Amino acid sequence: MNAPREPKESSTADTISRVLWVGVTASLILITGGTLLSFLQEGGYGGQPGEVVRLTGAAGAFPRTLSWFMGGLAHLNGQAVIVLGLLLLIATPVARVAVSAVAFAKERDRTYVTITLVVLALLLVSFALGKAG
Amino acid sequence: MTPLAFTLVVLGISYAAGLLGSLVGVGGGIIVVPALTLLMGVSIQKAIAASIISVIATSSGAAASYMNERITNMRLGMVLEVATVAGALTGAYLAVVVSGRWLYITFAIVLAYTVWTMLKPKVARIDPAPDALADRLKLHGTFFDKALGRQVDYQVSRTKLGFAVSYVAGVASGLLGIGGGVLKVPVMNLAMGLPLKVCTATSNFMIGVTAATSAAVYLMRGEVLPFVAAPVAVGVLLGARTGARIMGHLHTSVIRIIFVAVLAVSAAQMLLKGLK
Repeated sequence: MNAPREPKESSTADTISRVLWVGVTASLILITGGTLLSFLQEGGYGGQPGEVVRLTGAAGAFPRTLSWFMGGLAHLNGQAVIVLGLLLLIATPVARVAVSAVAFAKERDRTYVTITLVVLALLLVSFALGKAG
Repeated sequence: MTPLAFTLVVLGISYAAGLLGSLVGVGGGIIVVPALTLLMGVSIQKAIAASIISVIATSSGAAASYMNERITNMRLGMVLEVATVAGALTGAYLAVVVSGRWLYITFAIVLAYTVWTMLKPKVARIDPAPDALADRLKLHGTFFDKALGRQVDYQVSRTKLGFAVSYVAGVASGLLGIGGGVLKVPVMNLAMGLPLKVCTATSNFMIGVTAATSAAVYLMRGEVLPFVAAPVAVGVLLGARTGARIMGHLHTSVIRIIFVAVLAVSAAQMLLKGLK
């Protein structure tokens, strides 16, 4: 009853392991770098004690427009770099699910292709609904 | 407090949370949220949003090494994460409807439950039962147990129960910014018949996707503050890595007692904040 571990499955495990490691490491570098930039930049975190109240309040939420984000990245704005890191971090498990969907498709395992695609669809819905909510 | 001091304090707290959590087998979220709200004055919604980001980082980091060691039951993880992800979406939406007061109270309940699971004497395993669904989904597995020095085969039972509990764990994760392993692992171990190591690895595997789902909702809603989320994510991840490295060299019994005490005090404080 115990399916022997096929070589295919173990190479999928290696790919997934690598995707997760690279995703987490790269996003943490971006998050750390963005934080350092925010301390150095004009209009970043600033040095006044009162700033903490502003940054932890509603005003600290990053503006959600795409143009702010793209413009911020173009100017290497610290908080935009952090948001890029956060997006990459969220995308890491999504990439993991996509890799497994492809692996199951190669094995022609229909049940598991369906299961992984349902998870992928729910993940994409969460982005869309979050924007609406 | 200046922004720099705030960042460094949050970094330190998160590091400690990740370190302690990994030593006793709990995620950092369960300590980070109380610490941010009770000690740093961050609103509970923003604390939850920051915590869920750090949960993605730590669980994905840990999942990468479990995958390397071939402990994770990927198929079971894929099946159950349909439930945890659906639950996370539900939870992240409930968080909008639920007032801060109820978030504090629910969090206090989950903290108290965690304390109880860490203190209670060992509960007996429920006998395995034939599970046609597990057969059909090819969920039974095998892994190499380093401690025993041999390959261990296991059968999976009660897949439907596991699915239901995973949904609840997903709701808790999306609503409270925790991983939800505390809810899943006992059921996977005691009722579904998986060896504990496989439970931990597989639960971890699911938590990344689960947390990504609710994190996406929180991020798109603008609840994730880069100023708070950045030091939390970096601190918890580094703490958890240190924990994994020094784990074998420490006697964890003292750490466990300290951890239980911290959780118990946090539970009481969170409850008081909710009832005020």
